[in-house]
Amino acid sequence: MGKTLFDKVWDAHVVDTIENGPQILYIDKHLIHEVTSPQAFNELEQRGIPIARPDKIVATADHNTPTVDQHLPVKDALSKKQLEQLSENCKKNNIPLYGLGHEKNGIVHVIAPELGITQPGMTMVCGDSHTSTHGAFGIIAFGIGTSQVAQVFASQCLLLQKPKSLRVNVNGKLKKGVLPKDVILYIIAKLGTNSGTGYFCEYAGNVFEEMSMEGRMTVCNMSIEMGARGGMIAPDQTTFDYVKGREEAPKGEEFDKKVAYWKTLPTDEDAVFDQEYWLDAADIEPMITYGTNPGMGIKITENIPALNDSSFEKSLNYMDFKKGESLINKPINYVFIGSCTNSRIEDFRVAANYVKGKQKASNVNAWLVPGSQKVAKQIAEEGLQNVFEEAGFVLRQPGCSACLAMNDDKIPEGEYCVSTSNRNFEGRQGQGSRTILASPLVAAATAVAGKIIDVTKEVESLELA
Amino acid sequence: MEKFTIVTSRAIPLPTENIDTDQIIPARFLKATDKLGFGDNVFRDWRFHKDGSANKDFALNNPNYSGNILVAGDNFGCGSSREHAAWALVGYGFKVIVSSFFADIFKGNALNNGLLPVQVTEEYLKKLLAHLQENPTSEVIVNLEEQTIESAIGKATFEINTYKKTCMINGYDDIDFLISNKDKIKAFEAKHV
Repeated sequence: MGKTLFDKVWDAHVVDTIENGPQILYIDKHLIHEVTSPQAFNELEQRGIPIARPDKIVATADHNTPTVDQHLPVKDALSKKQLEQLSENCKKNNIPLYGLGHEKNGIVHVIAPELGITQPGMTMVCGDSHTSTHGAFGIIAFGIGTSQVAQVFASQCLLLQKPKSLRVNVNGKLKKGVLPKDVILYIIAKLGTNSGTGYFCEYAGNVFEEMSMEGRMTVCNMSIEMGARGGMIAPDQTTFDYVKGREEAPKGEEFDKKVAYWKTLPTDEDAVFDQEYWLDAADIEPMITYGTNPGMGIKITENIPALNDSSFEKSLNYMDFKKGESLINKPINYVFIGSCTNSRIEDFRVAANYVKGKQKASNVNAWLVPGSQKVAKQIAEEGLQNVFEEAGFVLRQPGCSACLAMNDDKIPEGEYCVSTSNRNFEGRQGQGSRTILASPLVAAATAVAGKIIDVTKEVESLELA
Repeated sequence: MEKFTIVTSRAIPLPTENIDTDQIIPARFLKATDKLGFGDNVFRDWRFHKDGSANKDFALNNPNYSGNILVAGDNFGCGSSREHAAWALVGYGFKVIVSSFFADIFKGNALNNGLLPVQVTEEYLKKLLAHLQENPTSEVIVNLEEQTIESAIGKATFEINTYKKTCMINGYDDIDFLISNKDKIKAFEAKHV
């Protein structure tokens, strides 16, 4: 029987197998940030254990950083302390840190691919569940807890039980205006928020083959929202072209050698998955969520389903929505374009393309937060910043921002926010905030209209980037 | 890590499904650089109103309920990988979480902190939740050695990885084990490109 992409990468990293127990898996790259690493550094220090491979760690500050006035000292005392501790820990242990204000700073899952740190065939972890993003490159990448951060610090390995395999196939032609975000929201709505638990997911089919790397990252990013520890897409020419020439990518002959290896990674034709789904691309439309988990999604033109279930009702009650109602024409006062799901240049191109020549609605507070300094720079260089500013939008500085609202970017209580982020949990964007997940196109259209509109009607006349 | 053997306790029913780690510990409490004090803020926005007063409708504030076993709805611990969620539950005093399904990362985090996730069938969970709501003083016994959960509605078994079970019973953690394999890891590194 053939091997899956996941099997090939996993098997290449098994150090040892414990009888009737887990396997020791070697980790090629460990990304860290300020929020989930301090307790791990403390643990090692208390036990007198050195960091095994500081050369395989990269640090950034992103979760708890301000997105305005980054040149000024951080006001919040606890946040400041957390950031200082990261700097100290990195300095003490010789770990490269792209901290606040650094030209390479940004959201951990945006900067690693753009710097070429993320390369096919790797194993990669980070104390953040959206580490699944990097699976877009054909990588085993997944989020870990702080105890596991300490384990990787101590040994560059993790003790893991091999997960089951799952493949989601999406074939056919996507409609105009349907973006990678809609594809993954559709998949999660169809399969459910725990459909992937215990599995590592591979996305296959022409839809993903034709997708850009940034689109693939959006898809893999949200694998965790259906419970899967990670999601992967087979590396192909699109992947190689993206990695080639990036700062930390292999160069010249070494790169060619790597490509030859990467080409052996895709799933064998006779490989069998523990679970497999087939979905039709033509059925996907621009999506939005109406509830308090990412599986509660509908096509923007559909009505909220009418289920008789107490958890479902609790969720609608929190959102102040009614069963059977349509969200079209709902007034919206907040729009967030950002997060490790949708803060890359293509996301801002889509948004800019839509808002060009239009004006932001006066009732809307729109927060546009680039994923990294490099993305911010590119937004300016491509003239998108002018487009946004002329339309009444203001760009903020890079960071996780209102995706988890650890900093000051909080949506006020009771307000709806159409957000390109990944989670619509209760209070996720601030206490009492109500999140509606959507693509950058739907978010931009909402910001201009001041309410949710049926973008499917408009996209016919729109040249999407 | 504290050693785990048998827990006999009253249990708190929380039937909500898909309880995510943002509810267990909201992001604004993740600014600490140690593991202490998270228990004070477990389920913060469900336990307290915004003005700081207690939400009397929430299970943890119900004076009839007590104990260090939490019985929760399906798909417990989904969402963010924050281990702070496990620290918060342990800090509050929980030793066992019973549910019909646990999210992967949370399950690992719980086990790494001596908090035992006990996965039961949907039917057992439904019955147990209903029983506890009717009989709040009823006790539940969780025996790790035998991998059983016992309550007035009956006895059931649960699965746990043998290695993790040994760790929980003896209070070991993965770091010790991994470091003891240093030579194998070095040998692997030498041939791995």
